[in-house]
Amino acid sequence: MKATVLVRPKPGILDPQGEAVGSALGHLGFEVRDARVGKVIDLEVEATDAAAAKAQVERMCERLLANPLIESYEVEIVGESAA
Amino acid sequence: MASPQPRIGVVTYPGSQDDRDALWALAALDAEAVAVWHDERELPDLDAVVVPGGFSYGDYLRCGAIARFSPATAAVCEFAAAGGLVLGICNGFQILCEAGLLPGALVRNESLRFVCRDVRLTVERDDLPFTGRCSAGQQLVLPVKHGDGRYLPPPDLDPAQVVLRYVDNPNGSVDDIAGLSSEAGNVMGLMPHPEHAVDPLLGSDDGALLLASLVDAARDRVLAAI
Repeated sequence: MKATVLVRPKPGILDPQGEAVGSALGHLGFEVRDARVGKVIDLEVEATDAAAAKAQVERMCERLLANPLIESYEVEIVGESAA
Repeated sequence: MASPQPRIGVVTYPGSQDDRDALWALAALDAEAVAVWHDERELPDLDAVVVPGGFSYGDYLRCGAIARFSPATAAVCEFAAAGGLVLGICNGFQILCEAGLLPGALVRNESLRFVCRDVRLTVERDDLPFTGRCSAGQQLVLPVKHGDGRYLPPPDLDPAQVVLRYVDNPNGSVDDIAGLSSEAGNVMGLMPHPEHAVDPLLGSDDGALLLASLVDAARDRVLAAI
C-alpha cells in the first residue's frame, strides 16, 4: 500500500523558511500573502487494506515522522503498491 | 584520602562531532571520561552522562529524531529516570528534547543562518548539579555553532527550569532560552558548547565552570555511595 504523509509546521509556529520562500516569490512579482514550508514523506507499507495502512502510518507519525509539539500531519493512502 | 574520580560517559553516535572534545574536557577537569558507543544497550557503571554535539545520524527528518531511538539513548533515558545526571550539549540537547527527557523542541534558527560565534549568557540557576560553580546573574561567554537552535518551549514550561539565557539572542529562541533543566533538575540541555571553552587559549574557560560543576556533583554522588 502506498501512503503519503504531509508534515506541516503548526499554525502559530514561526516558519522562517516559509517567510523566505514567500519573500522570494514576492520579488518575482507574485502576490503571496503567506507561505509555509513542510515536508512530504512517501511510504510503501505492508497492510491488508487502506484502513489498516492508514492506522499504521499514523502510528509512525506519532512516534517518529512528526513532532506533535511543532508539527501537524496528514496521512493519505494513495493506492496499492505495484506488484 | 584522595577524592574519588567520578566516571562520566560521553555517547558517540554516527555523526557526533564534539564527543572527543567532551571526553578531553572532562578528563582535564579530573573526571574519568568514558566513551559510550551508540549501539550499547546498557551503560557501563557511570556517575553522569554527557550527550554531545554534532549531527547524529545525519540529523535527517529532524535534529535528534533518529538518535532518540538508538540503544544508547534508551539506556540514557533509564539512567535519567533513576535520577542519574545527564547533560546534553547542542545536538545532545536536541536529542534529549526528542527523547522527552527535556520539554520543548529546537527548530531552525529564525535567521535561517548557521551561527558560529561566542555568545554571552546569563546564569539563571546556580543550585543545579550543572551550575554549582556559577552564581545566579553571572555572565558566561561560550561558543555556539548551530543551524537549529531556536528553542520553542511547551505552553506549560515552568520558568524555573530555565538555567541559561542569551544576552544577545543568536537564533530567535523564545524568551532567550539557551539552556534548561528537567523538572527534577538532574537533566540539563544547552545549545552553547562548554566543552569548547575550558582553557583560556580557546578564547574562554567559562565552559569549565559548567563542566566542573557536573564533575563536582558526580563526585559528590560517588562519595555519598561510599
